[in-house]
Amino acid sequence: MKKINTLKAGQEFFLSGTIYTARDQAHKRLVGAINSGKRLPIEIKGAIIYYCGPTQTPRGKIIGSCGPTTSSRMDAFTPLLLAKGLKAVIGKGARSKEVREAIRKYKGVYFVTYAGCGALLTKHVKKAEVAAYGDLGPEAILKLEVKDFPLIVAIDANGGSIYD
Amino acid sequence: MRKIEATKITGAVIGLVRKASFFLRSDVLSALSKAYRAEKNIQAKKILRAILDNAAYARKQKLAICQDTGLPVVFVEIGQDVAVRGDLKEAINKGVREGYKKYHLRDSIVSDPLSRGRSKSPVCVIHTDTTGGEKIKLTILPKGFGCENKSQLRMFKPTANIKEIKDFIVKVVKDAGPDACPPYVIGVGIGGSADYAGIMAKKALLRKISSRNLKLEKDLLRQINKTGTGPMGLGGANTALAVHVQTYPTHIAGLPVSVNISCHALRSASVTL
Repeated sequence: MKKINTLKAGQEFFLSGTIYTARDQAHKRLVGAINSGKRLPIEIKGAIIYYCGPTQTPRGKIIGSCGPTTSSRMDAFTPLLLAKGLKAVIGKGARSKEVREAIRKYKGVYFVTYAGCGALLTKHVKKAEVAAYGDLGPEAILKLEVKDFPLIVAIDANGGSIYD
Repeated sequence: MRKIEATKITGAVIGLVRKASFFLRSDVLSALSKAYRAEKNIQAKKILRAILDNAAYARKQKLAICQDTGLPVVFVEIGQDVAVRGDLKEAINKGVREGYKKYHLRDSIVSDPLSRGRSKSPVCVIHTDTTGGEKIKLTILPKGFGCENKSQLRMFKPTANIKEIKDFIVKVVKDAGPDACPPYVIGVGIGGSADYAGIMAKKALLRKISSRNLKLEKDLLRQINKTGTGPMGLGGANTALAVHVQTYPTHIAGLPVSVNISCHALRSASVTL
């Protein structure tokens, strides 16, 4: 896990390990819980969040199509989560100045993955289960075990960005 | 007058949901292949390769091309000499509901845009038009919202010149940047009213991508591809695959221009009953 802090913007990285999916409503709830002093349903310290809401899981498969959603919609929530120890996020597209600054400050990383390639990315998911907020349907937080999940560093721990 | 059962329409919609979600349009595939062959930027080429591989894998595995299986937009062209036995709208909505369930697609629809309550019975957006004859043509366009969010409308002054209009369209694409899954297909509606320009922009996405384009479309494509956004925003010569413009008469006081962006997973399917 230490290794990802040393990556540079533009570098490719293949991630193996545990990641959590979370998108708009899950972020709203996580940040709402932090602001009202409640316990979070997942351990945020050291966690990696993937902005993703997969399709339903077809019979006989581990997960349905599972590509990234637009990261900028999570911009308002990301700095606080990074302050609470979130290690890295995965999504698609550009981020706000505030997010970039928070990534630099807390030594996080923002990765992008192959956008619009949700079918192909299923190959890298070895396990998927609901971790929290199951009532949110496709926006529930899922715990995923991934293997060689293909990523590109978009903003590195020093604030370097591929979008400059 | 010809009669058609509503259940037949439901069945047809279920088939369209499957076709649009698993099988990328052949004209889109051709345009992506052409972009892949022509792209010189190594990273952009790699991403285009992944996009093509994704389409092939989705087709083979019967997986959704993209997890955002969209807000289903259904266009109905109904002949004046055909009558539907039953409720046409409900028949379409039922087809969407059953199709999304049957093929394990994502139910991305909330029943209330403000409370964001989960929907028990997802519905689609339906545009109905009448034509001559006794056929019904159904077209589904499951529209992903990463790109729908980047749509814009501008009401120009009637004295605006073509350069201002072109600059606006290019700026909308620039504003979308890497967020909406380039390479894009850009639908543009010029004229009509604010609402009609929007529908034209959406309908322009249904037009087959080909080399036969208006000069305005070619100019816009060239300008957009000069922005250098490229696939995933990582640079390259392919920010858009095509620009499709539709026009309609408008009022002496105005000039509506609506831009609707589609991601590279431009999915649609049609059937005539």
